[in-house]
Amino acid sequence: MNVPAAWYLVLAAGLFGIGAFGLLTRRSALIMFMCIELMLNAVNLTFVTFSRTLNDISGQAIVFFVMVVAAAEVTVGLGIVVAVFRRRSSTSVDELSEMKG
Amino acid sequence: MIGAAYSIPSVLVFVTSAMLILVGAIGVISVKNPVHAALCLIMTLFGVAVAFVAQSADFLAAVQIIVYAGAIVVLFLFVIMFLGVDRREHIHFEPLVGQRAFAAVGVAITVGGLIALMARSHWVSGASSVTTKLSSGGGNVKELGTAVFTTYLFAFEATAALLIIAVVGAVLLARRESATQGEESA
Repeated sequence: MNVPAAWYLVLAAGLFGIGAFGLLTRRSALIMFMCIELMLNAVNLTFVTFSRTLNDISGQAIVFFVMVVAAAEVTVGLGIVVAVFRRRSSTSVDELSEMKG
Repeated sequence: MIGAAYSIPSVLVFVTSAMLILVGAIGVISVKNPVHAALCLIMTLFGVAVAFVAQSADFLAAVQIIVYAGAIVVLFLFVIMFLGVDRREHIHFEPLVGQRAFAAVGVAITVGGLIALMARSHWVSGASSVTTKLSSGGGNVKELGTAVFTTYLFAFEATAALLIIAVVGAVLLARRESATQGEESA
């Protein structure tokens, strides 16, 4: 008998938690983008697990779209990081505080 | 005990992918050097690809390696080295007092609640095989392609537009300031 879906779902929840913790605590914008990738991968793993358990292809099709959106997000995000770095030669998000009231 | 209930290869594959995923993820959030973090990210992505193969998502595992490890992480590494930000971040410096503790508590509540919710509701519930069945062995590229190009055709076309917009936006964002100023003054 195959490993139950619950194991993979718990693993995905753990991966999501690690990504969320990194996103909340790290200050480098690049590392924060990597943490977002971790969270997206956790959701992808959940979709594939549901797809296998329910014997339905939709979960895998949605993972395909999530990957496309992740690629677009990384492209624009790194463009923003490059533009910010040009102005202040730092990728730390703590230094972007002009809008602070 | 476990081997008696579940087949040993599937348990071994699960443990392997879980180790790769968790060690890589902890590496991403704990190492100081961004280049090392990107390499740890590749490790996690490989672990997720292993989990995909174990759950009969062969095509997605290949796309995971090619798109994520092959394109997205290379883009990360390119930007890290292009900007020269591979110097170390002060990871122990904490400008907001108690930020780590609050983040840990919030994440623990979220993940614990998620797992408790799933455990109470029999983990996976819902109608089986609503769109199309997964193929019974031998890969499911054909089923996946049919679903993407029929059921999800509108979403597929929308992602095409999204990708074009993202590429144009990234080019505009990362363009040199002097080029735009030169155009304005001319």
